[in-house]
Amino acid sequence: MIRPGTIRAWLVIWIAAVATAPVAGGISDEKTDGSFSSKLPIETHGFYEIRGGYRLQNDKYEKDTSILENRLQLDLSSYQDWGDLKFKGDFIGDLVEEEGDFDLREANVFARPADYMDVKVGRQILTWGTGDLIFINDLFPKDWESFFIGRDSEYLKAPSDAAKISLFGDWANLDIAFTPQFDPDRFITGRRISYWNSNLGRTAGQDAIVHTDKPNDWFGDSEVAARIYKNIDNYELALYGYQGYWKSPGGQNAAMTQATFPDLNVYGASLRGAVVKGIGNLEAGYYESVDDRSGKDPLVNNSEMRYLAGYTQEIARDFTVGLQYYVEYMLDFGAYKSNLPSGPARDRDRHVTTLRLTKLLMNQNLRCSLFTYYCPSDEDVYMRPNVNYNVSDNLAVEAGGNIFFGDYPNTFFGQFRDNTNVYLGLRYSF
Amino acid sequence: MNELEISRRGIKWMMALLVAAISTFTNGAAQSQEATARPTATEIMEKSNRAFYYQGNDMKVDVTMDLLTADRKKQSRVLTMLRRNESLGGNQKYFLYFHEPADVRRITFMVWKYPEKEDDRWIYVPAVDLVRRIAASDARSSFVGSDFTYEDISGRDVGLDTHQLLTEDKVGDRDCYVVESVPKESIGYVKRISWVDKTTFLPLKEEYYDLQKELVRMFSADKIEEVTIGEGDERKTVPTVTRRTMKNIKTGHRTEVTFTSVSYNIGLGDNIFTERYLRRPPKEAMR
Repeated sequence: MIRPGTIRAWLVIWIAAVATAPVAGGISDEKTDGSFSSKLPIETHGFYEIRGGYRLQNDKYEKDTSILENRLQLDLSSYQDWGDLKFKGDFIGDLVEEEGDFDLREANVFARPADYMDVKVGRQILTWGTGDLIFINDLFPKDWESFFIGRDSEYLKAPSDAAKISLFGDWANLDIAFTPQFDPDRFITGRRISYWNSNLGRTAGQDAIVHTDKPNDWFGDSEVAARIYKNIDNYELALYGYQGYWKSPGGQNAAMTQATFPDLNVYGASLRGAVVKGIGNLEAGYYESVDDRSGKDPLVNNSEMRYLAGYTQEIARDFTVGLQYYVEYMLDFGAYKSNLPSGPARDRDRHVTTLRLTKLLMNQNLRCSLFTYYCPSDEDVYMRPNVNYNVSDNLAVEAGGNIFFGDYPNTFFGQFRDNTNVYLGLRYSF
Repeated sequence: MNELEISRRGIKWMMALLVAAISTFTNGAAQSQEATARPTATEIMEKSNRAFYYQGNDMKVDVTMDLLTADRKKQSRVLTMLRRNESLGGNQKYFLYFHEPADVRRITFMVWKYPEKEDDRWIYVPAVDLVRRIAASDARSSFVGSDFTYEDISGRDVGLDTHQLLTEDKVGDRDCYVVESVPKESIGYVKRISWVDKTTFLPLKEEYYDLQKELVRMFSADKIEEVTIGEGDERKTVPTVTRRTMKNIKTGHRTEVTFTSVSYNIGLGDNIFTERYLRRPPKEAMR
């Protein structure tokens, strides 16, 4: 997941920063004599969670237990006059993989050096764009494995090691996120989730873990993402640019032994605002697959256009419905088809509709939600039901599922049909 | 022109002057009588709306909401609220930063409120660095699971109801106007009765009646404190409700809200109420 060396380096940086901060250190609960705003330099929070899940059917290539883990998250923040320090990490006892792990979620420094500038440097979670669980111009890393095995949905966003500089002006605002060393998605490797392996022409899992050749040089293999945005009469308009790599494998090497992350540029735009009684959003992106501009190389993804339209409305009290329509349109489809070595060709377009239903009950302590992806072109479905109940301010229980249907073993969601799982979780926050 | 003509004209002039004088006098008397008479129900509610929701040019307050079930099970929400008026009785901007409980900690919430149309609302979830627009067409939705609605927190436009002054009454030792407000459009309740303090125009008590015309919710202002605004000659005090309760009569659920560290006119800039500060709240809100 992350190299221990990196963790140590981050810890040292963070501790050094806190120690040299002009206020005395000391871990303390933020609650002091009835006032919630801490006078002490470090706020400590976090949670302890246990989570277990099970596959509802046999999967030849994976364990029956889809998830079984203890997780302790420590979240330390320190607010100084010159800026803020943040450290958030998860200690995980993973009983499926039978190992302990540490996942550093955040370790960063934030400062506001000028009226017109914000800077955040270090490990951080980055998000932009208008989609709901659909990402076009958000090319920050995702953790699809966590998403599919039933971890909390916050884990879909994997951290970036980046510097984000934000500039604010009257005319528009600009964000630039520079990631000196490529941060790929935590994609499906076969370790926890079985998948369609096109080289083998069958479903595979732990018997065929995806090996990758990842761009790995500091500064040589960097990513830059930028966003210019402006609020015009409360319609939020944004333009995006990205230069980097396909975030999940987008090709293979010539020997077809390793998955690769070919060069990718993305240019896009989005618009979001009030429409009728709800919120509407439009987003589009041009994915320029730089290593295969002609579309003839069967080992590299073709360029694509991606479009999204969405609408959300609270249709009854505490009941919200969100709809999205998303299209991936492959460019140079003719070149793709005529150069396809063997096996079934994909369709030129991939259409996905999503529906989110959320209902709050019992003074909003009970949240029932269902998010469904339905892809009419691939004829597959992915459903994410979830029920979350706050027993108290500190204790929450949760049950949910990841349900895949599909007629074909090689479609985007259909390939995961043997991974259909249900899970239970219990979280104590402090 | 003969003498008679002149004297006639003179009489006309004198008559005209007399009439003018009388009418001026009587008008003036009528006006001064009106000034001491009872204001209309709508005027009372407009003054009340301003006294309750629009004090100062801006405001900062630490808010604790205790949500209590009938069997006294308690949950708490702790947040800092910043508010800025664009105009008196008009548009406002709100910024909320949650300190407690854990599942909403550090979430920020921004509202651009317009009396004449739907609010614009945004939420920022720091764990995933996500800014979302909230589709909130129902101002009667519960605010964070409490007995207060969004409308109770940021105010309901006076023009949305027809108001009628029912009587005068006392709440404790305070003289009050009692006003009935009936929503022009059908919403979750059919009428609200407000006891509005005659001096401060703060609502001291409110009763909400449901579609069956039964009392369903009751508001009470439990503590009012004088908060100082300005310095020197500009110095004045603003009566502020620092403790209030909303009780659901039917379920027994109640919400007690306490305001601490209330300050007005702290000079909040318009730029605070933007995506920049939504993603990274101003120090005023976080400390």
